[in-house]
Amino acid sequence: MNNNRQYTFLLIVASVCLIYIVRLFMLQVATDEWKNKGSRLTEREVVIYPSRGNILDRNGKVLVENQTVYDLMVLPKEMQPFDTNHFCQIINLPIEELRDALKKAVTYPNVKYKPSPVVKQILPAEYAVFAEELHKFPGFFVQARTLRIYPESLGALVLGDVGEVTKEILEKNPDYRKGDYIGLNGIEKAYEAELRGKRGIRYVYRDNLGVEHPVAEGRLDSAAHEGQDLIASLDAELQKYGEMLMQNKRGCIVAIEPATGEILALVSAPTFDPNLLVGRARGNNFAQLASDPLKPLFNRATQAQYRPGSIFKIAQSLAALQIGAITPQTVIPCNRALIGCHGGHSADDLEMAIVHSCNPYFRGVMQRVVEANRDPNSRNNDAAIGLGIWQEQIMKFGFGGNMGSDLPNLKIGKVPGADYYDKRYGTGGWNYATIYSISIGEGELLINPVQMCNLACIVANRGYYYPPHTVKKIGREGTARQEYHEKIDVGVNRSYFETVVNAMEKVVGPGGTANSAKLSDIVICGKTGTVQNEPKEDHSVFVCFAPKDNPKIALAVYVEYAGFGGTWAAPIASLMVEKYLKGTITNLEKEKQIREARILNYVN
Amino acid sequence: MSINTTAKLNIDWVLVTLYALLVILGWFSIYSAAYNPEFPSPLTFSEEYGKQAVWIGVCLMLIIVILYLDAEVFNKFAIFIYAFFVLLLALVLVVGKEVNGAKAWFGIGDFGIQPSEFSKIGVGLFLARYISINSSQFKSLRIRAYALAVVGFPAGLILLQPDVGSVLTFLAFILVMYREGLSGNVLIFGFASVFVGTYSIVVGSGTTNYPYFGYQSSVWTFILVLFVIGVLALFAVKQFVVPRSRRMINTVVVASTILACAMAYSINYVVDHVLEPHHKERIYVMLSLPVEREDATYNSEMAKITVGSGGFVGKGFHEGPMTQNNYVPEQWTDFIFSAVAEEWGFIGSTVVILLFFALIFRLVTVAERQRSQFSRIYGYCVAAILFMHLLINVGMVLGLAPIIGIPLPFFSYGGSSLMAFTILLFIMIRLDAERLSIFR
Ligand SMILES: [Zn+2]
Repeated sequence: MNNNRQYTFLLIVASVCLIYIVRLFMLQVATDEWKNKGSRLTEREVVIYPSRGNILDRNGKVLVENQTVYDLMVLPKEMQPFDTNHFCQIINLPIEELRDALKKAVTYPNVKYKPSPVVKQILPAEYAVFAEELHKFPGFFVQARTLRIYPESLGALVLGDVGEVTKEILEKNPDYRKGDYIGLNGIEKAYEAELRGKRGIRYVYRDNLGVEHPVAEGRLDSAAHEGQDLIASLDAELQKYGEMLMQNKRGCIVAIEPATGEILALVSAPTFDPNLLVGRARGNNFAQLASDPLKPLFNRATQAQYRPGSIFKIAQSLAALQIGAITPQTVIPCNRALIGCHGGHSADDLEMAIVHSCNPYFRGVMQRVVEANRDPNSRNNDAAIGLGIWQEQIMKFGFGGNMGSDLPNLKIGKVPGADYYDKRYGTGGWNYATIYSISIGEGELLINPVQMCNLACIVANRGYYYPPHTVKKIGREGTARQEYHEKIDVGVNRSYFETVVNAMEKVVGPGGTANSAKLSDIVICGKTGTVQNEPKEDHSVFVCFAPKDNPKIALAVYVEYAGFGGTWAAPIASLMVEKYLKGTITNLEKEKQIREARILNYVN
Repeated sequence: MSINTTAKLNIDWVLVTLYALLVILGWFSIYSAAYNPEFPSPLTFSEEYGKQAVWIGVCLMLIIVILYLDAEVFNKFAIFIYAFFVLLLALVLVVGKEVNGAKAWFGIGDFGIQPSEFSKIGVGLFLARYISINSSQFKSLRIRAYALAVVGFPAGLILLQPDVGSVLTFLAFILVMYREGLSGNVLIFGFASVFVGTYSIVVGSGTTNYPYFGYQSSVWTFILVLFVIGVLALFAVKQFVVPRSRRMINTVVVASTILACAMAYSINYVVDHVLEPHHKERIYVMLSLPVEREDATYNSEMAKITVGSGGFVGKGFHEGPMTQNNYVPEQWTDFIFSAVAEEWGFIGSTVVILLFFALIFRLVTVAERQRSQFSRIYGYCVAAILFMHLLINVGMVLGLAPIIGIPLPFFSYGGSSLMAFTILLFIMIRLDAERLSIFR
């Protein structure tokens, strides 16, 4: 009986051998599946990264360019035992960080047969130190990539920065791959497509000696297209000057060329050197900036929404004239029982009311707009109709919308209409007496600084504006985007602007609220604002354009918690005007006083 | 002691030739898989292929020593050889060097000795001795239990290292005992266990994939397949296991169902709660079940790709891109068969498998012609151990067995395993050469 068992034993062995031979046949001969997987492994795509376009200022000064940095990578599969101390010494890395990186390189989702970074963004000077010795450490190599550098160290928030693409973007956009850089904000974000260019791909395979050869003589390869340079509308000198004036203050300056809508300067204070967010120190510096109570990462020029205060009286005047609620000759008594006022005057016409910033006057103007007895049966419905007409006209000035600007994430502010008050007080629960504070730019009105400056542009142009934009030319010989060549009319009769412009001239003239902004040889037209912040200090606001005829620059200046509009915002604006139009400053005493002022109260 | 004329004339040259072929092919494969272009000479002693050449030389000397020894030595001193290796296995747990998480090595300078490889020689000799002197009583449960203990004790020590792969190869001795009279139900039980185990892990993973293929089947197809296999199994048991007592069939069916359920439950419990996550992953990878980490499938995937890359005739010596670019880690040790398959293709790897089959076949033939029961049992031990290594190692490379680190005899780089298999085989050749003189 046991003799049969030798055959059972041999049968088992034979079956296993047969199964294995069949399995070999399936893997090696029957299908190409495994062969194909193999050639995909030995074949490799080499990505040729295009260099990102540079950004220059309107006069050709380089604001953003590329620098090559090196990522030190490790391929754990090819690593061999090495002197870690010596290695850390030459690459200047604490040994714990090396250990962490090596551990990470083989921990999910990294695997030992794919390269992982050890140190990212090593500067060329640092790389030169150990470049010669690197080959002694198998498995380690460097990968060159480019980083942004900011030669002028200005405009951190308006220029924006780049960072590695996030998972969400990778899922949505197949053009990006893990580790790619993308513009995160500012011009870098708004013009990502133009700056980025198009990546090229080279296919290579490794032969049995590990040498790489092009696949199909390179016929499948695609060339990389370099990113386009951008000529920004910014004036580097003006931007730098604005950042200097705003040091140790919170607020912003927006300067626009009225005739084109080109943004000349976009200062948000406090600001920081954009080079801080580049390279190995980025993480630390970012954390430091993010935790700064002064919020330097917050772009006050585009992200802030302020109550505009008295500067809004310019828009009110134009809207009321166009709607027909008043004429330039309309006189309204300064009845301080209804709303507070200041200065000695009792009954102004429109021009003088703007010059005196007479609150009762504009309360009256707004009342005439809103309460025109369009519905005699309901005071509320009457106000709702009037407010609707007002809202429509006001929004034509660009308030409550983004004006078609290329500034990413530009806040649009708020122009309250009947629906807003219905929601807040209930339908029929409000009338003009409830809402009159918006007549003087207080109350529920919210306006962004770019919109404030755009208002100055509208007056400077006597009735139209171009969408405020930051890029003048795409490509060194190109032009701005098509939409920035089309003027937008605000629907106000050109003749109505004369009164307003004359009033704004007088504001800066003798006895005006912004006499501090007066220049001897340039006529500035402006309007101050003092936004109440009970119980804190007021915000100081000023909008202006200059010169009066054929204006070259419009400005909005907002200094938080600084007090009266004429004290801080107006002189800052006038220095900016002089700097831009003449290149030199006559009143150096004024400049010094502004530059050295620290207005950083209420920091929590 | 001198080699006598009878022995000299009776050396089985078929076994010796097969051995020589396998060792030479093995060395070529290591030369290719571990090839370092900086040192092209096959006798570079700093590289694996140079070292293996040294080991082959050492083996030649061992062979001469074994052939000059008196054949009686192996029978008479079996218990001492066994005891010596058990002692080494215990010792390695204390003073051993830890490599890859197992205390399996005695380190001597640059070289390491792995006692678990050699211990199979002691177990084989002593098991043969024990069964042969108790052959009349091998049907008794007590003797069988002792025989199992002879195998189980060193296996337990190896499990403590822990080296699961080596322990699995000890299953070879169950096959030997089967040849010596253990019930055939052992084999049926073995197959059934593998089947129930495989399917309970598949179901436990929450999928209805066909194991090994990775194709998802619908739940109903899955149940249908299991049902058909169940009916076939029932029929087979009725025909072959209990053909004479029809009434036993109910008992057998009920008992085996309960047993299978208990087993399925406990296997899943072990997989989910006892095994380390990476062991669980290896089993999942083997069965083509989804695993979370890419890394877990890497070795198995690369081995299969390397095998597939070979195609029908292979890429040729030193020409395999997967082998030469080291896609399979440490390919010259446990995964050496993938290098064979890539460079020599379907034809070459089939030849290697057939060479192993021929060796095992010849060993069984030689064993069966022994007059001494001791020699026969020992011959089966050698055949069965070679078979278990072939089964697990090649199965692992082809993705049919989990990733378990055991060497492919004569092929994998390493002095311990080459020496152990050489000694194992040549003791049998020495015993066989003596056969005509026994009882003459
Ligand atoms: Zn007044």
